Amino acid sequence: MSYLTITDLQKHYDNYHALRGINLSITEGEFVVFVGPSGCGKSTLLRTIAGLESSTGGTIELDGRDITELASSKRDLAMVFQSYALYPHMTVADNLSFALRLAKVSDAEIQEKVRSVSASLQLDALLERKPKELSGGQRQRVAIGRAIVRQPKVFLFDEPLSNLDAALRVQMRLELARLHKKLGTTMIYVTHDQVEAMTLADRVVILNAGQIEQVGTPLELYRKPNSRFVAEFIGTPKMNLIPADKITHKADELVFDLFGHTIHFPAKRIKGTQPDSTIVGIRPEHLSLVEEGGDLTGRIELVEHLGSEAYAHIQLLNDQTIIVKAAARLELKDGQEVHIKVDVDEIILFDDNNKVISVIPEEA
Amino acid sequence: MKRSITRLLMAPSVILLLAWMIIPLSMTIYFSTIEFSSYNPDQNGFVGWLNFEFFITDPAFISAVSNTLILLLSVLIITVVLGVMLSALIDKPFFGQGMVRVLLISPFFIMPTVNALIWKNMMMNPVYGIFAWISQSLGFEPIDWLSTYPLMSIIIMVSWQWLPFAILVFVTALQSQDTEQKEAAQMDGATGWHIFRYLTIPHLARPIAVVVMIETIFLLAVFAEILVSTGGGPGYDSTNLTYLIYNQALLQFDVAAASAGGLLAVVLANIVAFFLIRAVGKNLTV
Repeated sequence: MSYLTITDLQKHYDNYHALRGINLSITEGEFVVFVGPSGCGKSTLLRTIAGLESSTGGTIELDGRDITELASSKRDLAMVFQSYALYPHMTVADNLSFALRLAKVSDAEIQEKVRSVSASLQLDALLERKPKELSGGQRQRVAIGRAIVRQPKVFLFDEPLSNLDAALRVQMRLELARLHKKLGTTMIYVTHDQVEAMTLADRVVILNAGQIEQVGTPLELYRKPNSRFVAEFIGTPKMNLIPADKITHKADELVFDLFGHTIHFPAKRIKGTQPDSTIVGIRPEHLSLVEEGGDLTGRIELVEHLGSEAYAHIQLLNDQTIIVKAAARLELKDGQEVHIKVDVDEIILFDDNNKVISVIPEEA
Repeated sequence: MKRSITRLLMAPSVILLLAWMIIPLSMTIYFSTIEFSSYNPDQNGFVGWLNFEFFITDPAFISAVSNTLILLLSVLIITVVLGVMLSALIDKPFFGQGMVRVLLISPFFIMPTVNALIWKNMMMNPVYGIFAWISQSLGFEPIDWLSTYPLMSIIIMVSWQWLPFAILVFVTALQSQDTEQKEAAQMDGATGWHIFRYLTIPHLARPIAVVVMIETIFLLAVFAEILVSTGGGPGYDSTNLTYLIYNQALLQFDVAAASAGGLLAVVLANIVAFFLIRAVGKNLTV
């Protein structure tokens, strides 16, 4: 059953349409990540859910209650901000208990809650410190603690890890995942980092230009993107996209003409009408380097060695560069000519409107 | 070698500044220990503490000191309290915000003499002042502000002059307040008053300390407003220490006693500064 339901949510600024009809339902206990390029409306959507921005159309329902017009303090949500937004003049203990004190909770109860939250976030030793005496990671934990202590219905995170250094970010990401497991509370998380989205989320919501592009589990988005935008956004390194010059329809297969090379695709796998033009999308790990034969040939421009694997940037005959994942031990030299084999089963086809062309999965 | 050259190069300005301070101070100390009146410039023998005794035992002295302190504290309270409230009021964007800000700040550009004349003649005059007109239209007797409430009148004028300074400092400080903190408090269930009380006021602690300190320096030396409007009267009701020293030196021609008064004013300023720094100075170091 849906816990948080957003229906046709609109947000207009003076001369900018930031949210263009968002429809989304989130079930209780889910970890949902909003991801998208900057300016796509993901933060606006989160702030509208929080009540920090007013919507100009549509409704938001939480746990069976319409909260669209409700003040943010009455919505029973807690938010962790990008800048942490700790109260600088209060100690850690006062920061944690601020909301409880405003709600006139009894002293004994406040102490008990602050104690248990600070214990679970390892803040015990820091309770009497002011925010400016804390490190970035500690401030982050206080900000999370301040949200937890209120036991809200939903946690909102607005790019909480973007101010931390890379090592700490990975550590905090794990802590957040653990926290979600432990608390089981619904969490909504905004980020522009697709790795954070993939690792944390139960479901990822990809936003583009104020609209939802696709919603799904991380693997669904990775393997079955709806559009070229999602395909390019998810996955590092990016998916390779090669436009076909021409499609020849044969009896039981389509032949894609890629500047002289050809790829044969079984026609029966295409759902609906057979396309007349297409862009062939293929991820780096579904391409492999072969001694001879292969579907494409090119010249190695650059090799990125990552230790466990290597990414070869290969210039094709039409000067387009594609990325191929290769075994690390392969001896690859710059300028070397290579043959590339395409795993046709894993090809994703896009039409002229950048939408995906539906295919029937290869029978196992 | 390098250090001595730096010292040598700095010496002219340091010596000049030192002389700038030392010469008037030593002359004041010298004058305060001799007999020196503009009536009898030839008679100037050493008199020891006599000038100080004369100045302190003057019946006007106690009222001048208390007037100085009342003026100082009243104006500080009015400008800080009103300043914080008005700044918070005009912090959120509204139509004509820029214009209102300019209007609020503009009294600061008016020189004290003109300020006092405006209040004396346009506002507080019992015959054709605006206050008199308001009282009359409401059916009350007009009040002769300058003779009935002389010190209060001075306080109003000086507050009007210094409120813009406080607003200028506070408005700038409010702009640097973090909006995410306010939003976080909002989500924590804080009302506008809570945010003002627990976030804005602590945020303004340092600017308030700055305003109090800077204003104190100038408020201890208020002079033009008194000279132009009440002339220190009636009696000594609106005479402060600065005005009393002027009175002694240039109206009663007793330069020696005035010098002694000047030194007492320095002592008073130090006492005030001592307490002020203890009270608000801790906000500056944090």
